[in-house]
This record gives sequence, C-alpha cells and structure tokens, in this order.
Amino acid sequence: MDADRLIASLQQAVPAATVEGAPSVDLQTTIYVSRDELVSVARVLRDGPDLRFSFLAELTAADYWPREPRFEVVYVLVSLEHKLRLRMKVRLPGHDPHLATVSGIWPAANWLEREVWDLFGIAFDGHPDPRRLLMPEDWEGSPLRKDSPVQIRRPPHVTSDLQVTAEEFKQNVQRDRLARE
Amino acid sequence: MPEIRTETMTVNMGPQHPSTHGVLRLVLELDGETILSASPTIGYLHTGIEKTCEQKKWQQVIPLVERMDYLSAQSNSMAFCMSVERLLGVDAVMPERVKNIRILLAELQRINSHLVWLGTHGMELGAVSVMLYCFREREILLNINELIAGFRLFPSYMRVGGLREDLPRGFHDAVQAFLDRMPGKLDEYEDLLTKNAIYLKRTQGVGVVSKDTAVAMSLLGPIARAAGVDYDVRKVFPYLGYETYDFDVPTQTAGDVYARYQVRVAEMRESLKICRQALGRITPRGEYAIADPKITPPPKDRVYTEMEALIQHFLIYSQGFTVPAGEAYVPVEGPRGEQGFYVVSDGTNRPWRIKSRAPSLLACQALETLIVGGLIADVIAVIGSIDVVMGDVDR
Repeated sequence: MDADRLIASLQQAVPAATVEGAPSVDLQTTIYVSRDELVSVARVLRDGPDLRFSFLAELTAADYWPREPRFEVVYVLVSLEHKLRLRMKVRLPGHDPHLATVSGIWPAANWLEREVWDLFGIAFDGHPDPRRLLMPEDWEGSPLRKDSPVQIRRPPHVTSDLQVTAEEFKQNVQRDRLARE
Repeated sequence: MPEIRTETMTVNMGPQHPSTHGVLRLVLELDGETILSASPTIGYLHTGIEKTCEQKKWQQVIPLVERMDYLSAQSNSMAFCMSVERLLGVDAVMPERVKNIRILLAELQRINSHLVWLGTHGMELGAVSVMLYCFREREILLNINELIAGFRLFPSYMRVGGLREDLPRGFHDAVQAFLDRMPGKLDEYEDLLTKNAIYLKRTQGVGVVSKDTAVAMSLLGPIARAAGVDYDVRKVFPYLGYETYDFDVPTQTAGDVYARYQVRVAEMRESLKICRQALGRITPRGEYAIADPKITPPPKDRVYTEMEALIQHFLIYSQGFTVPAGEAYVPVEGPRGEQGFYVVSDGTNRPWRIKSRAPSLLACQALETLIVGGLIADVIAVIGSIDVVMGDVDR
C-alpha cells in the first residue's frame, strides 16, 4: 500500500484528523498526524482490515531545537499480516509538549513513553504510570533536549601553595637520588 | 487453633543479583512463594550513549553503539551502519562480498550471543557444565573476532561504507573449523538439557507468553517466535540479500521457557546453515568497502607512501564525512529480535539524533506479566529465558 492510499483511508476513517504524507530518504512510508486525533488514528491503524499495524516496533522522539515546532514524536509500526512498515510522526510545539498516550492501544508503548518523558520532557496525557524510567527520580531537566548541557560546569579548581620552597624541593630530590645510589 | 497471622512479604531482588544479568532490580510482593506483584526498576546502567553519540562524528559512533548490547556488538554496528548508508544512499552500490561478510559475521554473532544465553541460563537452573561447554565454543568465536579486528568483544569491524579492512589470512580456515565443530557440540548441549527431567520440570509451563501478549508487548524476536508469531526480519523484510539464502525460521507454540530454549537452539543450527552458505560465497580477497573516497579511508600502505592518500586519510579522520539531512530506520534481526537505529541527520558530520531499538527493554517491560502468579524460584528461569542484556535496556 502506498502512502497516498493509506492517507486517504485514514482520512476517511477519522475525518477530523489532519494526515499528511512526507518524503523520506529511506523510502519508508511516513505520515504526519495531528496530535489531537492521534489516538483515533492509532486505533484505525491497528484495527483497520487493510492496515492491521498490530506491532509498535519503536516509539521515540527527536528535538529540533531551536526550530518550531520543536519536537517530533516518532512511531514505527509493523503490520505482520500485510508485511508493511509505517513511520507515523506527531509534531509538538516547544512551549507545550504533550500528547495523548497510545499505551491503551499498544501496551508496549508504556515504557517507551516513559523513556521519552524522562529524556525529553514530553508529557503523555493519560499515561498509566508517568514516572522517570532511566534517570534518577530526583534528576532535574531532560537530558536529551538539545539545550540541555552536555558537560556540567564545575567551579574552577583552586590549588594550594607548595608546602616546600624551591630549595627544599631540590634538596629532597638530591637526597632521594643519593639514597637510591 | 490460634489465628494465623497472614500478610504479604516484600522482597527486593537485585540490583546486585547474579541472576539478573546485569543490574536489574525487582521489587516482589510475595504470598508464601507465589508472586502477587512485581515492579522492575531499571536505569542502573544508563550511560547516556545516545546523548554522547550526538557529540561524535559518524564513524566515532560505531564503538559506542557496539557497547550498548554488549553480547551482540556486530549486529548493533551493522544496524547502525545500514541506517547511515541508507541516508548516504550508498547501500545500492554496496559490493556483494561486503554483504556476504556482514551476514556471516552477524550470524556468528548470533551464535555467540545465544551461547552466552544458553550457558548462563543453564547455570542458573543448576546445569553448570552447560556454561563451561558453551563458553568453550564461544572462545573460538572470540578468537575469530580477534583475528579480524584485534578486539574480542567489540571488534568495530563494520564501518559506514563497508568493513574496516580486508579479511585476514586464515579467516576461512578458522571459520570453517568452527562450523565443522559446532553441530556436534550443539548435540552435546541438547544431550545435557533437552530431555533432562530437572530442566523440563523447571521450564515447561513456566513464564508462558501467549501470542496476543507477544504482539501487544512488541516482543519481536525469539520470544514471539516461541509463542507462535512467525516474524523474522530476515524473512519478512529481507536485507543484505538474505532472500538468496536457504534457511528456516524455527517457531514453537507453547510460549514457555522451554519453547524459547528450543527456538534459540534451533536458531543456532539455522545460523550455522547460513554461515556455511555465506562462507562459500566469500572470496579470500576482494572488495571490502565501497569505492567512495569521501567515506572510505585508503588502505594503510597507501597512506604511508602517497601524498593524496595521506590527505584523504587525514580529512576522513579529522573532519569525517557529511551525511545528507533526513532520517532512516533499517531493521535487522539481532540475536534478541528486531534491532535497528533510528538515525536523524541535519546534513553535518555529526548525527543529530540516534535511537536504538532495544529488544531487551521491551522484554524487560513484559517481565512483570510473565512472573506474576508464578513461584519465586521461577523468576530466575524466566529472566534467563527472555535473554535481557541490561546494557541494551539502559543504554
């Protein structure tokens, strides 16, 4: 099934949704879905008789800071019955990144969404267990955001003065050398 | 009779537990020996590799991704290289020899990973001798890695655009010796386990994954195949010319620990079959990378003797190469299931975003549904059978 037919059938099933195709370098069928209708589109993708995308192979996000809309959430779907793969994406604005959870449709999304929340700070409305997954619970910030610092700045290291004078140092070295001989 | 005080007990299993294959922590709520609830906690091995990769040049990413799933290093780097090559548009001109070598190495890596799995899984259930035998054969595979690249666990032999260098002398003999030895050794392992009454009692009907659960939890790979989902990327979405190879995809329907054991042992036999065909197609010397001077560094003997080759070498290693803007995800069948790298480029010499599809993470997520309702002694068998690598879970 090519992208145009897929988009047409999705539009027919969910008239309120905005579904648009996108060119992709790796020739993978790619569609953009508006975030308000994500769950209904996802349900059609899973249950539609000519679609049957029963596997959610991957769920992740990418941060295109400072571009707006800043985030893209990516769903990689596999239909085993029809031997299809699909990449579904949702654009999210930087000031208000949240979208509905799909863990009710693909239970595998549970931890994957937690990981995205943990690392990007994108909230999933209605998620059954919205906690951090990988980072410590008291961590502040979202590490995979592009404006998150790569290296933590530490205050400059202050060295103390030498405890011996230059002459004493030389004498010590001389004494060591004599002792070895 | 006095009133018996009944309350559930909470047991903290891990993170430092030898049977959790790394640092997985499970908080188990027990009623006697029955597990009422389990909550896995992960993240103890989170090293931020994905963030680190964004600071590296494309070639520098390869050693990092090999360390994610440290038992299937070559599958990781192959998946990464294939995604980047798709972005570069050079996958169409990849020489057949390189594809066959990659298939051979990926299948050897699968056997390697399954041997570690079989050994540790057997050891956890009391069959310590299986571990010793499996690691004996794995040593041969590590020696082959050492032969081709100097490194044993993380060879970094796969490069964007092909391979690091040509195959060394004696490679064919070494692999052939392994392929001749292995079938008999697999029979030995099966003699120890397949009809072993203790092993059967500990594994049959334990940790059952239904077909629906496997689909819902996206357990694409050996776990799903043991539950009757006939999905193998090599067959369904062939890559690197797997469609020209003759092999079967073993499946079972029981979905328990024993079925996963059967599937993985059968997979090793199929991998040996593929290896034999691949080895026959590979000539001892020939092309080992694409002929693109912007991506492939020149051979070392030319670097030391020719000015142009030295400049080319210097440019590739100091500035790297740029990858056209776009995104790619090329799935491959790793030892633990579908593996792939979602790679985004902004057109520069450094990746914009890299995300690894981690089969172990999804297996770990499903762990809760597998052990609740079972006995605490079976937790060890189930964790072993889903073959999680915590480096892959946490990345």
